[in-house]
Amino acid sequence: MKAATYNASVDVYEEVLDNGLRVLIQDVRTAPLASVWCWYRVGSKDEGPGLTGVSHWVEHMNFKGTTNIPRDKVKGIIEQYGGYWNGYTWIDQTTYTETAARDVLDRMLFIESERMANCLYDPADCESERTVIISELQGGENDPDQLLDQELTATAFRAHPYRHPTIGWLADLQTMTREDLYGYYRRHYVPNNATLVIVGDVDRKDAMRSVVQRFGAINPGEVAKSHHTREAEQLGERRVTVSREGTTAYLKVGYHAPAVTDPDFLPLQVLDAVLTGAKGLNLWASFRTPPPQRSARLYRALVDGGFASAVNGGLVPTEQPFLYTISVTATEGTALSAVEQATLAQLEAVRRHGITEHELEKAKNQLRARLVFEGDSISNIAHQLGYFETIATWRLVPSLRESIDAVTLQQVGDAAGRCLTPTNRTVGWFDPIVS
Amino acid sequence: MTTTQQRNYALAPLRSVLDNGARVIAKHSGATPAVTIHAAFEAGTVFDPPSQHGVSHFVSRTIDRGTTAHSAEEIADGLENRGISLAITVNRHALSLVCTCLVEDLGSTLATLADIVMHPAFPDPEVETRRGEIVTMIRQDEDNPAAMASEGLLALLYGDAHPYGRRPRGSVEGVERIARSSLQAFHAARFRPGALSLVMVGDVDAERAIEFGSRAFASWQAPPPGPALFPPVPAAHERRLRVIPMMNKAQADIAYGFTTIVRSDPAFYAYWLMNNIFGEYSIGGRLGDSIRERQGMAYYVFSALDANVVPGPLLIRAGVNPANVDRAIASIDEEVSRMANDGPTDEEFAESRQFLIGSMPRRLETNAGIANFLQMVEFFGLGMDYDVRVPELLAKVTPGDVQAAARAILDPSKAAVVIAGPYSGKS
Repeated sequence: MKAATYNASVDVYEEVLDNGLRVLIQDVRTAPLASVWCWYRVGSKDEGPGLTGVSHWVEHMNFKGTTNIPRDKVKGIIEQYGGYWNGYTWIDQTTYTETAARDVLDRMLFIESERMANCLYDPADCESERTVIISELQGGENDPDQLLDQELTATAFRAHPYRHPTIGWLADLQTMTREDLYGYYRRHYVPNNATLVIVGDVDRKDAMRSVVQRFGAINPGEVAKSHHTREAEQLGERRVTVSREGTTAYLKVGYHAPAVTDPDFLPLQVLDAVLTGAKGLNLWASFRTPPPQRSARLYRALVDGGFASAVNGGLVPTEQPFLYTISVTATEGTALSAVEQATLAQLEAVRRHGITEHELEKAKNQLRARLVFEGDSISNIAHQLGYFETIATWRLVPSLRESIDAVTLQQVGDAAGRCLTPTNRTVGWFDPIVS
Repeated sequence: MTTTQQRNYALAPLRSVLDNGARVIAKHSGATPAVTIHAAFEAGTVFDPPSQHGVSHFVSRTIDRGTTAHSAEEIADGLENRGISLAITVNRHALSLVCTCLVEDLGSTLATLADIVMHPAFPDPEVETRRGEIVTMIRQDEDNPAAMASEGLLALLYGDAHPYGRRPRGSVEGVERIARSSLQAFHAARFRPGALSLVMVGDVDAERAIEFGSRAFASWQAPPPGPALFPPVPAAHERRLRVIPMMNKAQADIAYGFTTIVRSDPAFYAYWLMNNIFGEYSIGGRLGDSIRERQGMAYYVFSALDANVVPGPLLIRAGVNPANVDRAIASIDEEVSRMANDGPTDEEFAESRQFLIGSMPRRLETNAGIANFLQMVEFFGLGMDYDVRVPELLAKVTPGDVQAAARAILDPSKAAVVIAGPYSGKS
């Protein structure tokens, strides 16, 4: 074994096994539970032409039995201990989690080790899952906001694979083969492409012993490195309109935005808090609590102004430059052109003049409070360590508060000036055709 | 003020009834330096006046938009400068104000909440702005097959005469007619200290939290609200089917269900287990095994039981390709009959019971999770020791009880079925 370190400031123990598996353990004794997350550095940006959606489909297949977990024993494997399991795939990552009684930590680790090395990919299961995933895609298409988001992203990116939806394009889902899925699984599911996170009421030494026993013999692989092109600078505003039957009009404005490690990233988080209320930086927790946005600039201009029934901002930590997106639901009877004009007026004002000292302090208060609120469960804590390790390094997590404190008015103004330029934006309309 | 505390139990919250009838419940939890506040009023959509559907929801969108002492902007600024996001939600029985604050902000946050619920001003401009938002939300629902299927099913099961059969947000036409005076009247009728259950969970000593709660609400004087009265739930004599064509959509949503029992029925625990086996356990129980795992027809299929102070629904939901609607409904019929005819297997019964018992610590991990649980306990009068009684309550249930529960309600010939989506009849 190599690289065992202990970070006393946040009580995170880190060790890298000989096969390259990075292990992070944090002892949090607030409940008799343990949460395990196994993260892989593979997401939809790693997919080539014809294989869009393969990362997500592989995630589904990895719940369907392994060499040592028969297909009919998957159901209930952790539930019978009161546990919960889940997984998700997004642009940079695929992750799997179990949270259950601390006494069954070894069982959770067994499941994840099996998932890493021994999934079956039965051809009948691959076919059955094809239609489940197409159902998931079609369910998403029922939501006009989601449809518009997909179109906006595909318009904003021309070259970078962030352009295609994580669920994939329908044509690829209809033609991908079992061999495509299995090959992708074998290329990316190796210990040296993974981070295993354990948080909860656990003894670190016992936990490490189980980790070594379960994962130590899994061979490393040659990590398939995808080549990600750099998106060329956008030279002018882009527009896309989705025309479908519907009842409600939606506007989205997307700007190319910096990656998590860029010095502009946290200043833009502050800017987003000023515009639409702080969401925090934990994807697993943030959607459970609405942002404090009644006093935010865009809320007051658009919702209190009667243009919109809802407004939201999205700036998510990503490995490579993604998007800052403003999403607006137009009120019944309000023209999208009026909603767009009111939105862009606010964005232009903040681009030109920045934010005030009072807004800076309020945004920091909100972001700091979210950090506290989001640390209220072992699942949330474990998620953050693994998420950040997958896109950059987990060591960003314990310093987030200090980093937020350090953001200056000048930095926010400069970041707004760079990000919110008209040539950097893509405007999307869902303009309903009234049946 | 009378205060009781259950000792030697896992949660052991402190419960106090103020002299004005408000119930205050507090639980210390040191996970984070924060407190979750959950103030629930018996003021849900079932209390909408018969001719004014949507009033309760309208109140939930306007009650915090200004008080006699503070404007909407002042309230928002006061909360949000401290990072607090106030969520106001409404379901059939309760209108709830929920937020999480840092420990040092507990007193001032409670004072703001008390001002909001005791002295709302419902300013005219705010009412008009929120009316526009609500109309848009209703239009969005009308374009959402999942919402249309669920609302359509409840209308089929309960009918117009029962509040469960009505749309919670009302109709566009109805909302256009709701006057500010109706919001004020609803507030006056339902927002009373006797209708308040205030739960606080977080890093503050429980006795001190009760003191904070008492300080914020003890001065509020008003008689208890009127009792909730419900018409009988219509009996099902035949299968009912309704199709809501939404041809612009990619996927069809199926809602399929029955009316069940009240929460206080001694058979509740058998129904709870039955529903878990049938449509919850792992990925949607037996329904998930058949429709998702074996047949690959749906990304989601599940059932949910809502036994309440009236016999609530058992609701089965699935989203499927329009070509699979008939096959999916036939599969639901088959599972419904199988559960009623055969009951659970011993393995299913044991695993589900162990899951419901074993998942309690997880359910009670976060402040918000504990607060939700304590509100449920208070609403149904289950007792402050309910969390430790759950295992014994479930232990008393037998497989025969589960099958009896299934037999009592699961009958395809009496099901209500609604399909919303790109489907016009036969698939």
